[in-house]
Amino acid sequence: MEKLLKIMEEDATLSAKEIAAMLSKEEGDVKKMIAELEADGVILGKRTVIDWDKTDREYVTALIEVKVMPQRDDGFDKIADKISKYSEVKGLFLMSGGFDFTVMLEGKTMKEVAYFVARKLATIESVTATATHFVLKTYKNEGVIYAKPEKDVRETLIL
Amino acid sequence: MMDYSKLISKTLMETKPSGIRKFFGLVSKMQDVTALTVGQPDFVTPWHVREAAIESLESGKTYYTSNSGLRELRDAISAYMKRRFDLEYDAHSEIFVTVGGSEAIDVAMRAVINPGDEVIVPMPSFVCYEPMARMAGANVVTINTKAENSFKLTPDELRAAITPRTKLLVLPYPNNPTGAILKKEELEALAAVLRDTNILVLSDEIYAELTYGNKHVSIASVEGMWERTIVASGFSKAYAMTGWRLGYLCAPAPLLSEMLKLHQYAIMCAPTVSQFAAIEAMNNGDDDIARMCAEYNRRRIFIHEGLESIGIPSFMPEGAFYIYPDISGYGLSSEEFCEKLLYEEKCAIVPGTAFGDCGEGFARISYAYSVKHITEALEKMERFVKKLKK
Repeated sequence: MEKLLKIMEEDATLSAKEIAAMLSKEEGDVKKMIAELEADGVILGKRTVIDWDKTDREYVTALIEVKVMPQRDDGFDKIADKISKYSEVKGLFLMSGGFDFTVMLEGKTMKEVAYFVARKLATIESVTATATHFVLKTYKNEGVIYAKPEKDVRETLIL
Repeated sequence: MMDYSKLISKTLMETKPSGIRKFFGLVSKMQDVTALTVGQPDFVTPWHVREAAIESLESGKTYYTSNSGLRELRDAISAYMKRRFDLEYDAHSEIFVTVGGSEAIDVAMRAVINPGDEVIVPMPSFVCYEPMARMAGANVVTINTKAENSFKLTPDELRAAITPRTKLLVLPYPNNPTGAILKKEELEALAAVLRDTNILVLSDEIYAELTYGNKHVSIASVEGMWERTIVASGFSKAYAMTGWRLGYLCAPAPLLSEMLKLHQYAIMCAPTVSQFAAIEAMNNGDDDIARMCAEYNRRRIFIHEGLESIGIPSFMPEGAFYIYPDISGYGLSSEEFCEKLLYEEKCAIVPGTAFGDCGEGFARISYAYSVKHITEALEKMERFVKKLKK
């Protein structure tokens, strides 16, 4: 199961047949396993990893540390629920350490992100402090190194 | 004027350069060729292995090692052979580290061959066995393995090739170029032919980690065979370490100590930096092997199916990273087929004849390439065979 998920995490374009080959399993069994994992909400979706810096798209990514006052009964979950509803929020994590949430935010400009933090995030009741860090350059994301694809430089050995 | 041809060793003058050479001469002159010819992994050596090498350089480990190689590496090889193939070799007296699997093969042959001895080589197979055996003074007896036997050496074929002069059997499985493997019961059947003879076996197990479905079994693990088997292997294919030039020999101590003399005088020791990398590979590389093997397996099934669907039948390879399709149905010789494919579609595969005359009618295709690259090559081949059919 874990092996199957690892393979799918690395390459979402693989067919059930190819995965079956990699796991030495039957294609039908793999299809069944995938269907179950989808039904159970273990597999949530499939995405494409894009290096947007290579396109003309204007965008900015920020990592925001958020401190909150946990609420009685609901703890952090209700606040998290509220924050995650914004489409600008690409990721949300409850953290150990000096602050409570990490919010991954995407906007068109730094100004847009700043507005979002000031007007939406900071005004949520029980948010006590925020610290915004802008991403300057992505070197590796989702396990993918953002560099030019390597050319096949293998020389032909005459044997 | 010097007449160099009179100065060069006679045996060497009679040795032809590798049969693939002519073909690659053509390929290298062309642009934008989609090649499926390379006999080495497309993976880079795992980072933790490269890091171990860098670290050894940073800490100034740039000396010679002992002739046999670093003790720590021999210990690692000994543990590895036990762990992966259930083989017992003493790290001190039964293992030494070579410059690639090729040196291992060369040294093993030169250590046991006397002029006039016969060496049996199943064909098609890696191109070095025959010239190396000949240069050591042997008469080479080839056995052409057959497609209907899945390119496996059969006990009957072996029995028929044995004479009182037979010294050595080369056992090249998992096989380059066919992708054939030998399973335990097939090895046992061969062992039954060999057991009461004085024939030695040189088992080239460089592709041992790349088998699909069946785990590799070494003939040395078959009863009564350990004492007559020399295992040659290396790091190139299992760990994607071709450029590090590192291999090893495992054999009973009385054989190994003699081979070590050749290694000692000709090579002294394998590169130290490579040895440090290899320690890391053997001790912490099992997961890397599994990852790469799973990827090759996926490509194997993909390319086998792709070839079948365009009308090029092939034996389903069970090991290594080559597929060996039958291209005889198109009215061209192997060389013509491959040359035409190269000129008309800019797709390069290796004619089977590069691996011996019995390769006529076949071609070797490497799948040590990305699926995308393989797909591109398959499209070219499909266009090509469609034209041939017309």
